[in-house]
Amino acid sequence: MLQSTNGERNGGPILAVHDVSYRYGARRALDHVSFELMPGRFTALLGPNGAGKTTLFSLITRLFDTREGRIEIAGLDLKANGSRALSPLGVVFQQPTLDLDLTVRQNLAYFAALRGLSPTEGRERMMRALDALAMSERIDERVRALNGGHRRRVEIARALLHEPRVLLLDEPTVGLDVSARASIVAHAHRLAAEEDVALFWATHLIDEIAPEDDLIVLDRGCIRAQGRAAEVMRSHGAANIGEVFALLTEGSAECELNL
Amino acid sequence: MRVKSVSLTTDLHRPGSRGHYARAFRGIVWRELLRFFQQRERFFAALVRPLVWLFIFAAGFRAALGLSIIPPYETYITYDVYIVPGLAAMIQLFNGMQSSLSMVYDREMGSMRVLLTTPLPRAFLLVSRLFAGVAVSLVQVYAFLVIAYAFGIELPPMGYLTVLPALIVTGMMLGALGMLLASTIRQLENFAGVMNFVIFPMFFASSALYPLWKIRENSPTLYHVCQWNPFTYAVELIRFALYGEVNLFALAAVAGLLTVFLGAAVWAFDPAWGIRWRKPQA
Repeated sequence: MLQSTNGERNGGPILAVHDVSYRYGARRALDHVSFELMPGRFTALLGPNGAGKTTLFSLITRLFDTREGRIEIAGLDLKANGSRALSPLGVVFQQPTLDLDLTVRQNLAYFAALRGLSPTEGRERMMRALDALAMSERIDERVRALNGGHRRRVEIARALLHEPRVLLLDEPTVGLDVSARASIVAHAHRLAAEEDVALFWATHLIDEIAPEDDLIVLDRGCIRAQGRAAEVMRSHGAANIGEVFALLTEGSAECELNL
Repeated sequence: MRVKSVSLTTDLHRPGSRGHYARAFRGIVWRELLRFFQQRERFFAALVRPLVWLFIFAAGFRAALGLSIIPPYETYITYDVYIVPGLAAMIQLFNGMQSSLSMVYDREMGSMRVLLTTPLPRAFLLVSRLFAGVAVSLVQVYAFLVIAYAFGIELPPMGYLTVLPALIVTGMMLGALGMLLASTIRQLENFAGVMNFVIFPMFFASSALYPLWKIRENSPTLYHVCQWNPFTYAVELIRFALYGEVNLFALAAVAGLLTVFLGAAVWAFDPAWGIRWRKPQA
């Protein structure tokens, strides 16, 4: 069990979810979910539609209140510390959240202001983030004029403006073509490897996960398996992640962790 | 597993400084104004409604309705002059309801998520967002007053300035009421419902179109309804402020209602609300 505050200082997890459950009325959305995210690691949250991925994201981002269990970000309890604990978090939501009528620059400047960055600092970081995603030339275009892949890149650039330690991406490649998907997945892996960011990537697409990534399989609100993707495959005698996914999500609705 | 140590917790969690609050507030208001000015059709649509009332409805009733001298007026006024404060408040009522509903319902859920994941207290973010809506309504009201002036409806020059604080308070009160309604009443699923059940009754059962004494002459019951209508006090606060006066009773009522509505709206606001009634997401 993670010790509050000290764990993160000693190079421990940057985000820890302890025994979290959530219900929509009588329907169970998450059932005693626990896991940890490490800095510099790409962690894939793999689950079919309805698995509870978005609910989990909503709890981590404090959009929903955590009623059962505990979530710690960089050692701070989310419930006890409120919005302050969200500082190290960058989020790319599943639904588009950019303002279509504003330009890329205006969207990013708004977010920079929300994060308390000065206009100069905001401009510098904006250019850096957009450069890294090859979007700086589109800075003065309205978001409405951009295609889906480019909008996603802008959302990722926006989520990185305040230099987060944890980046949550909720199915960020949904609706994108193959090349746009590949480019965003590659960039996310680079961020984890080079910027020491803990990447948390929710998806139902198995080809977005590499064997060296950390993997959490979520199904019907339960964690079915977690560990290094290659190890999860090996322990289940599977040749690829698709096989593991099929094995783990076709079983009973009861929560059983198959490590 | 590759693990790098990260900086101390205190570095990661810079609490919101005063500068952070100020920048975030400015950013929220700036974005709302920017959106408003870039959607020109929204600007014109917001002006058409009060202008139709002023130039068609009021023109028709000008001869039919006689108004005695009542405070804050010091002389006889024409009907179109009388309804200007009510129409200014109507602009705020529509804007407040529309803006608040969009905060709670899905239409703006995307951008609200970005706002609500900002590491600042939720109450501050919601109040800032409400104020941003009020800033938009101020632009609309002043544009309306300028057009009215251009067509001969003159108000005391200082009134254009003294009405500003009144408009801010009334705009916040009406916006908070909209947010409270949207957060708590499940049946109000769209703006048409709000128009029929909230906006129109509030507007008509107030002193916006007729002075209260005239209403009492014809229907004591309606008079009492108007007296309990928060919109009446918003209209009267604006009316007096336009003539450089403070209607203390209206100010106390609006300030009190603002406190109650805002407190309840912030308390009742739940980002999961809209989702809870719908089919749960993944």
